[in-house]
Amino acid sequence: MSPAAAAATAARATTTTAAETHGFLSPTGVEIAFLLVGLVTFGAAVVTVTTKQLVHAALWLVVALGGLAVEYLLLTAEFIAWVQVLIYVGSVVVLLLFGLMLTRAPIGRSPDADSGNRWVALAVAVAAAAALVWVVVDAFRTTWIDLDGAAAGSTAVTGASLFQSWVLPFEALSVLLLAALVGAIVLSRRTKAKATATPSPPGPPRPPGPRSDVPRSDKEGAR
Amino acid sequence: MHLAYPAVLSALLFCTGLYGVLARRNAILVLMSVELMLNAVNLNLVAFDVWLSKTAQDTLHSGQALTLFTIAIAAAEIGIGLAIVLAVHRNRGTANIDVLRDTAESGTADTDGTDGTDGTDESDDDAVSGSARSEPAEKAEATA
Repeated sequence: MSPAAAAATAARATTTTAAETHGFLSPTGVEIAFLLVGLVTFGAAVVTVTTKQLVHAALWLVVALGGLAVEYLLLTAEFIAWVQVLIYVGSVVVLLLFGLMLTRAPIGRSPDADSGNRWVALAVAVAAAAALVWVVVDAFRTTWIDLDGAAAGSTAVTGASLFQSWVLPFEALSVLLLAALVGAIVLSRRTKAKATATPSPPGPPRPPGPRSDVPRSDKEGAR
Repeated sequence: MHLAYPAVLSALLFCTGLYGVLARRNAILVLMSVELMLNAVNLNLVAFDVWLSKTAQDTLHSGQALTLFTIAIAAAEIGIGLAIVLAVHRNRGTANIDVLRDTAESGTADTDGTDGTDGTDESDDDAVSGSARSEPAEKAEATA
């Protein structure tokens, strides 16, 4: 109880000093950089969800995720920043581009990229944004992050905490990744196995299978 | 740095992703918007973890550990999600989530009675998927 109380008093002391010394009208250099990169990130995110060209949405997502990696660097979380660059920018966006290509997404402008309830969605999003920003600003107006000193998220610190306190969730996460791998393979294999199985019985007079392309017209004609 | 900057940025990114999830029609664009929402959560976790690690004496760095877990779960989610979307596209010929209304209550009823009678030697799964498949597949072939 006493360490918690001490931490609370320390937090309160930091908060009061932050309220006294740091104002929003005299931002530091890190804050200006964070604000500029944050504007770029938010703009790229808005273009991602509003553009009519599907491939451009994936490419603007790269800008948004890279901007978030820079924000992690500005918050001195270096390891998270490079993990973000490696996994999101490196693999997730490539997977999304593969998905767009494999589902034959149109290359040019597609006028039906947004559904009919776009204005309802916009109203919901603006209301949620207003409520969240109001609450967050009201709650953390005087809270100050001290970025000086040692980095809070260097590889040594993150690795030590991950392998001292978080070993069991880490191992469970590897099991989850294995399950996801097996699940993706099963989802991709199943129809292919059926497609190779359907042509194998040679033609007794049975109604044609629904998997092949030509007998579908036969079935339509027979119906 | 004020904690309000990353908190406000993450709130705005989350609401951008929320708009994308609600307004987009292509399933892969919905997945992209989900990624934006997950990244907003990651930024929130990192910012509060940096604040707490400088304020309190001993922390478990739970924010950064949870950020790593979220990134890994998001990678698994995007893999499974793309596999599902590709399977749906292979069966139905579309990735448009407004068309996929087979489980809706008041939608157009499938005409699978005739297919069920003439496909007696096949399993029910094949008959139902084939009957549900025929119309949107031809529609997609007409558009492609």
